[in-house]
Amino acid sequence: MTVQEIKDLLDARLLSGAQFLDKEVHSACGSDMMSDVLAFVKDQSVLITGLCNPQVIRTAEMMDIVCLVFVRGKVPDDNMINLASQRDIAVLSTELPMFSACGVLYNAGLRGGASIG
Amino acid sequence: MDDKIVLKYTVSPDDFTRAGEASSNVKAKLKQIGVPPEVVRKAAIAMYEGEINMVIHANGGEITVTISPEDITIVLADTGPGIPDVEKAMQAGFSTAPDNIRNLGFGAGMGLPNMKKYSDIMNIDTTLGVGTTVTMVIHMQ
Repeated sequence: MTVQEIKDLLDARLLSGAQFLDKEVHSACGSDMMSDVLAFVKDQSVLITGLCNPQVIRTAEMMDIVCLVFVRGKVPDDNMINLASQRDIAVLSTELPMFSACGVLYNAGLRGGASIG
Repeated sequence: MDDKIVLKYTVSPDDFTRAGEASSNVKAKLKQIGVPPEVVRKAAIAMYEGEINMVIHANGGEITVTISPEDITIVLADTGPGIPDVEKAMQAGFSTAPDNIRNLGFGAGMGLPNMKKYSDIMNIDTTLGVGTTVTMVIHMQ
């Protein structure tokens, strides 16, 4: 799935990283707890979160996350957007709540780090 | 021949918005000198969790990163309160972080476990009322 597809599926606004719309995303993680995110390492992931502070961008940076999705219409401030853009991270904002955003992406075939059964 | 790179950082206390700058700087440096991406990521995450811990628990501190051809050694030294029960602190989910930290996305009790997970060797030297020094070594391969 590409960043563009995520944007379309979530009816999201692109806040930064138009040049990364074609980037492939292979897995997803949805959490407001950054330490839980940091325990999860996958290549080329998207992070879906309702948390909106500079540590979200830092966490994404440390993990080489390709794309950040802020749920419930949250919009990071200019400093956060600048930081993300310096670190080559695409930033989206969707009106959907966390559960729905994750459900839509899961339904479209995106998977998380763990599986059951 | 001296083939080691030594980087030193001071982590300021109570400045949560800036926490992670040192780790970000180290990550950029490791990438620039051609360290394999998975090694860079391990070192960056381990150091970042350590840096966050220093801000939350220890009033900041000093970080020294030594990069050699064989490994990356990260020493996080603080003069904070010390860790009363290291074994407990190492348990996933155990946290003494205040609620305001949880609202910021940390304090899930995953800091030290994550640091251990991403480093090849980790040592904690702590004395109550004196401070804590965490040493982490990440091998280049």
